[in-house]
Amino acid sequence: MNDIPVQDVRSEDEGRRQFLTFTLGGEEYGVEILRVQEIKGFSAVTPIPNAPDYVKGVMNLRGTVVPVFDLRLKFGMERKDYDRFTVIVVVNVGARVVGLIVDSVSDVLDVEHDDLETSPDLGASVDTSILQGIARNNDRLITLLDIDRVVGEPRASVELAA
Amino acid sequence: MQIDLKKFQETFFEEAAEHLSTMESGLLHLEESGSDNEFLNTIFRAAHSIKGAAGSFDFKEIVRLTHVMENVLDKLRSNLLAPTADLTQILLRASDRLREVVDATHRGEAGSVPIDDILPELEAVLNGGQPSEAPVADAAAPPGVPRGEVVYAVVFEPELEFFRQGQDLFLLLRELGELGEILSSECQRSRLPALDELDPEHCYLGWKVRVRTARAAQELRDVFMFVEGACRLEVTAEAVTAAPEASAAGAVRTERRAAADRRVESTSIRVSTEKVDGLINLVGELVISQAMVNQAVAALAMTPELEEALMVVQRSTRELQEQVMAIRMLPIGTVFNRFPRLVHDLTVKLGKRARLDIEGAETELDKSVIEQLGDPLTHLIRNSIDHGIEDPEQRALAGKPEEGVITLRAYHEGGTVVIEVADDGKGLDRERIRAKALAQGLIRADQPMTDEEVNGLIFAAGFSTAAVVSDVSGRGVGMDVVKRNVESLNGAISVHSTPGKGSRIRIRLPLTLAILDGLSVQLGRDTFIVPLLSIRQSVRPEPSDIKTVLGGRGEVFVLRGEPLPLVRLSRLFGVAGAVEDPQQGIVVVTENDGHRFGVLVDDVLGQLQVVVKSIERNYRKVEAVMGATILGDGRVAFIVDVAELHRVATRRKSPEEDGRSADGAAAAPLQEEVA
Repeated sequence: MNDIPVQDVRSEDEGRRQFLTFTLGGEEYGVEILRVQEIKGFSAVTPIPNAPDYVKGVMNLRGTVVPVFDLRLKFGMERKDYDRFTVIVVVNVGARVVGLIVDSVSDVLDVEHDDLETSPDLGASVDTSILQGIARNNDRLITLLDIDRVVGEPRASVELAA
Repeated sequence: MQIDLKKFQETFFEEAAEHLSTMESGLLHLEESGSDNEFLNTIFRAAHSIKGAAGSFDFKEIVRLTHVMENVLDKLRSNLLAPTADLTQILLRASDRLREVVDATHRGEAGSVPIDDILPELEAVLNGGQPSEAPVADAAAPPGVPRGEVVYAVVFEPELEFFRQGQDLFLLLRELGELGEILSSECQRSRLPALDELDPEHCYLGWKVRVRTARAAQELRDVFMFVEGACRLEVTAEAVTAAPEASAAGAVRTERRAAADRRVESTSIRVSTEKVDGLINLVGELVISQAMVNQAVAALAMTPELEEALMVVQRSTRELQEQVMAIRMLPIGTVFNRFPRLVHDLTVKLGKRARLDIEGAETELDKSVIEQLGDPLTHLIRNSIDHGIEDPEQRALAGKPEEGVITLRAYHEGGTVVIEVADDGKGLDRERIRAKALAQGLIRADQPMTDEEVNGLIFAAGFSTAAVVSDVSGRGVGMDVVKRNVESLNGAISVHSTPGKGSRIRIRLPLTLAILDGLSVQLGRDTFIVPLLSIRQSVRPEPSDIKTVLGGRGEVFVLRGEPLPLVRLSRLFGVAGAVEDPQQGIVVVTENDGHRFGVLVDDVLGQLQVVVKSIERNYRKVEAVMGATILGDGRVAFIVDVAELHRVATRRKSPEEDGRSADGAAAAPLQEEVA
């Protein structure tokens, strides 16, 4: 089951695909660039009553009310104060628009087939269903997220970083 | 890179539909206007435009058909052909066929509609100068019945009451026409009475329509499926040799002309509500950005020019918003107009006499509000006739005219719309209402009540005073449902009554669901909006106003001797840093469904109009919140759903409380204590 998203990556478009990469606590992640609507500097959000902790609130994106998720908290990582590098990556998930708070964005990465590895078996404690695979780029290792699964139904945080 | 043609194609289909309408209405006037060039030119241009655009998408069939039509029209234009009835008929059928071909192409089924039968007809006209014989006859001649087509005679005789049931003959006949080709249609007038005996609301006519079709007889019957009980219907297969009548499709065409006339008169366009909502959103955004610009600029050194320019921008923005909101507005007459009939039928049924006066039918309201007004108003009018208006004899005894008057009135009042249903009947019987409410345990015997409060009891759930339960009203449902309907539209309802003089129900509604009048309140560092319609008053409480009950498990706010449950909004919403001491805050008294609550907030910031935005669209439903809005400084604020707030608050007094009271019912006895 875990390798289904990986097959998706390989079967779609024979060429390469582009991922926007960003950092979370020293680790590098990527989301498919086609799903990224825009990148915004962090600005104050309005907290949602009785929402899970990773749901930081809602923001006004040109008249639309958009929820903002803190990916660190979503992945069960340590909380980090927002600074001038903190960025909200606005992604499209189906018809929904969602903002993701990340530490900082790095670059846009071309991922060739050969650079792509299936997600290694990280043990039972790690839910790899939210991964599309892992990309190698020189000495970088970038975890490619399946954004639909990350921002699916709001549910308990996913244990990704141990 | 491939260019996405889809978008352009969509435009083509939209335009083609318009051109087809133009063409059809033009053709229907062709006979009358003779060879009036302006008409012909219009039709010609329509055909030509379709042809040109279809060519660029390579829709071959559309091009072929329009090309020949264009040639015929061209000859008409240059007087080489005369616009006879037969010729018009051919062109009309050609444009019908063209519409089918365009529709099929739109569905991605190009080629599914044949045009090979209509093309020769048009070409024959071109070659012969005049159609040598009735072309319809041509088409229906026995050799021309291909592919197992059969000619059916459909005899359709609606019963007298047919129109009263709201049926539309034209739709049925047109639907029949879509199943095949109508060879002839004969109107049967045998039932038509003498003029002085004629009831204009009765249907005396019948039709015999001959249809050539490849469909089964059952499919023809299915057209009349919904009027089965209300007509006599015969569908018989005919010998295919029958000669067609000369006046082909006469009746249908007359109807069509009427329809086309209606279309021409209308100067409106149809736009999807989605587009309108998009526009409203965008303008709402513009209003907010404009306010932000004003705020930002206020800090700068203003020049008179800048000040002037900002004023103009502000004014235009406001006007733009009003205009855009007006797009969704419809006159309330669209719903009022169905009631004269209801009043007529009910009075006849109940042996009473009453007429309906309508005032302010042109008052405009948001389409979505209007759509939800039909049911509550129907209830109210039924009630007025059933309970309000007396029998003619009683009225005569009371010195009133025998004919009662029910007045349905709508008008604007300070940014809201007021709708009144008034009657000059006997008024509410407050003694009976009290007695009934007492019997049902809705009130206590010693409870002091004002007249207004007694009147208000009719809105209590399950309340009905009708001495006889009729099938018109008085089933014990009604007024409470009406009240709920009105409240779901963010509206309020009240009743006024004078014994012997009549009663008046007043419904106050916001102009639109997209904009809401609210009170902005502060909780910690956040701002929330409470809908103004649910607010009765705001009070800064004295120490003696707040009491605890059940050993501190519940809190009560005492308003002029009346204990109300107190809801700490900050605890319910889990907002940090809010006021803990009630005397440092403000209690906003909210009312829903007759129940009043005290809602504790830090401060009241002011009254404002907000544009309601959906949270569910990108997130999910948030409890006790009906939506969000964007404040003048660009921040998002949540709008409190008062009805749900009351429900949630009675379920659990506060989050901490949740854990403590395992039975969860702790709040219920509390309510009884204070009610």
